Amino acid sequence: MSYQKKNLPSKIYLIGFILFLIGGGLSALAFSVDLKRAYMNYIVMYMFVVSVAVGSLGVVAIEYMSGAIWSTPFRRVSEFLAGIIFILIILVIPILFGIQDIFKWSHSEIVMKDEIIKSKSAYLNKDFFIIRSLACIVIWIFFYLLLFRNSKKQDTTKDVKYTLNNNKISVIFAPFGIVTLTIAAIDFMMSLEPHWYSTIYGVYYFAGSLIAGFTSLALTSILLLENGYLDSRMSKRHYHSLGTLIFGLNIFWAYIAFSQFLLIWYADIPEETFWLIPRLQGGWGIISLLLLFVHFIIPFLILLPSTAKTNLKTLKIMSVWLLFAHWLDLFWLVMPNYSKDSVPLNWIELAFPVTAVGLILIVFKFIADRNNLIPVGDPKLENGINLSLYPDLSID
Amino acid sequence: MIKKLKQIFDKADKDLGLDNRSEKLYGIAALFDTPDDIISAAADVQFEGYEKYDVHTPYPVHGMDDAMKLKPTRLGFFTFFFGAIGTLSALLMIWYMVGFDYKNIIGGKPFFNIPPSMPITFELTVLFAAIATISLMLILFNKLPKVNHPLIDTEYMKRVSSDRFGIVIQQSDPKFNKDEIVNLFKKLGSSDISYINYFEKDESNTKAPIISIKFILGNFVLFIGVSIITYLTLNYLLFITPFDWMNKQPRLMPQSSSTFFKDGRGMRNPVEGTVAKNFIPYEYQGMPDSLVKNMANPLPVNDSVINTGKSKFNIYCSPCHGYFAKGDSRLRGQFPNPPSLHTEKVRKWQDENIYHVITNGQNSMPSYTKQITKDERWAIIHYIRVLQRAQNANDTDIETK
Repeated sequence: MSYQKKNLPSKIYLIGFILFLIGGGLSALAFSVDLKRAYMNYIVMYMFVVSVAVGSLGVVAIEYMSGAIWSTPFRRVSEFLAGIIFILIILVIPILFGIQDIFKWSHSEIVMKDEIIKSKSAYLNKDFFIIRSLACIVIWIFFYLLLFRNSKKQDTTKDVKYTLNNNKISVIFAPFGIVTLTIAAIDFMMSLEPHWYSTIYGVYYFAGSLIAGFTSLALTSILLLENGYLDSRMSKRHYHSLGTLIFGLNIFWAYIAFSQFLLIWYADIPEETFWLIPRLQGGWGIISLLLLFVHFIIPFLILLPSTAKTNLKTLKIMSVWLLFAHWLDLFWLVMPNYSKDSVPLNWIELAFPVTAVGLILIVFKFIADRNNLIPVGDPKLENGINLSLYPDLSID
Repeated sequence: MIKKLKQIFDKADKDLGLDNRSEKLYGIAALFDTPDDIISAAADVQFEGYEKYDVHTPYPVHGMDDAMKLKPTRLGFFTFFFGAIGTLSALLMIWYMVGFDYKNIIGGKPFFNIPPSMPITFELTVLFAAIATISLMLILFNKLPKVNHPLIDTEYMKRVSSDRFGIVIQQSDPKFNKDEIVNLFKKLGSSDISYINYFEKDESNTKAPIISIKFILGNFVLFIGVSIITYLTLNYLLFITPFDWMNKQPRLMPQSSSTFFKDGRGMRNPVEGTVAKNFIPYEYQGMPDSLVKNMANPLPVNDSVINTGKSKFNIYCSPCHGYFAKGDSRLRGQFPNPPSLHTEKVRKWQDENIYHVITNGQNSMPSYTKQITKDERWAIIHYIRVLQRAQNANDTDIETK
């Protein structure tokens, strides 16, 4: 098949840089206004960018692992979004320098007095924290480079070998990806309250990350398709599958969130409930209720009929909606550490999302300019576009 | 035995008229080898303008709806509707059971609560939705049960339910033309084309299959089989190692012996001086009532206390002391009559003395600690005071206008 590469409009750079400069400037200002608050917002932003990036890498890996054909025509979109992993190594630096300001367990005088934190200090100490954070990013970059390099090479050689290699790499990546995401969730968010623990916390963040990965894929690929950057032969059936996955993962998220809530609520023991109680009272109680409706009930009802999953406009709106819900979810997890009684909300809370969106746009445009928007050499591509059930090619 | 059963079944088949085919044509059937072939065949038949045709495949082939230009099924609405009914009835059931009919304190939580009801609600939603979907699909949409559809017992049906994909164009189609259709199927690459006739017996003459002997006998055998298996499982299988792992656990049953302690008993006595929860020992147990002092009635005098006292008095005290505490027993001499409670002595008694008698017992009267709680005893005392006052009213008690 013939493919003419079209570059994305340079407008994206412009918007990206404007958002990044405005948001970044305000964020920098926020650090001088209220250090703790700025850091908490920064962690929300960092975890959001991680979930979009690593979630997208997970989407790519899932395609290879399951041998999916329908998602091949827009796999590149996920691969570009996963490229955000590179800027994580820069984004993590402020957190590493601010450990003393963010985490209670980093103060030795608190650790000395506190038996619980003391017993956890073998894991929660500065050196090991820095090693873990960097190791996670290195593992993500390593697997991203392996997968993306093979995928790019295939564009010219059209060799099945690369698909088979990527299948194996994805299978190896799966356990690493899950464990590193769990470590990231525990380190950056759960350890903000070092007395508290929940064994399902990692799965909770993992579910949110996959939603972020799939919704950012749906949003970006629909925008690209509508503006003619992807193969126009792609049908609603592709988006039906994508919408079903988003729908299913959203239920999975609700299931995990409810499991965590129910166990804490039922057992009702003080070492677990002290985390939940501030989140169910006052302003945070409204946010909790909002989270239930915004993240689960409303998307569930909207995405339930199959006509909604094949309607690109609905899917686009719901993608933006769910990305917002994911941000709200992270906000709800992190921000009560800054103020337990009321929900902090002013320009500081808006500056960080704007920065994140700007950054993602810039990185996406940067990578998209240097690569084909469709994996033209992938042997699954033609079947993927036509969505034939019995491809001639047999890939084990 | 088996021969006889087979005869019965054959006869049942004969009764249904499933042995002979008539001359009347039902339709023309064609078999195809791959799902791609059947999709293109269905699309072509649709394109040629045939209306009365159907496709049969051994498993769901995606894209068939588009090829046949089928309208989306409305079954989903039923699923949603019955799912919602499941949700509501689950919540109603749980509310009725734990919040209304049989209130039980569990972990100090409110009786009816949303979070713990959620798993059950979820299960019932899925159950209702699934059962409604399957049964409505079979009855409403597939119009089953139907034993005399012309396609039954044909070579065509045998193949499309195992390894081939088939399409049938019915004779009732307005564009029906034998040669055209056979040519079309040949052009599409069909591997096998066959003519399918109606059964000899007319559809309307056929007995309802529900009351056919085959169906009833089959259900009866199934019922017996399930009953036997359930009986054997519950009464024998669960007592055979290793399935008895729930039954035999490494723990001591109450009152059983153990070699762990020297005295060979499995149960231990509580530590000396242990007091049961919510139980405060009575200080003056076994002492004469003249020693009792400094115990005021802790309960206020109000309607609910007096009512409690009245009901407890009528239950526990009145059999001997009488409803008005006059010592008029209802026991007809089976037990010595107690003295009246309106005597000077009892009227002058402090509350603590009456409390002492109820708690400790006096003469023939036993202790009522087991039957009447502390608060109820104090409530009874208030009620006794009411009775005494009623019998010996002061002048000031009489209301004058």
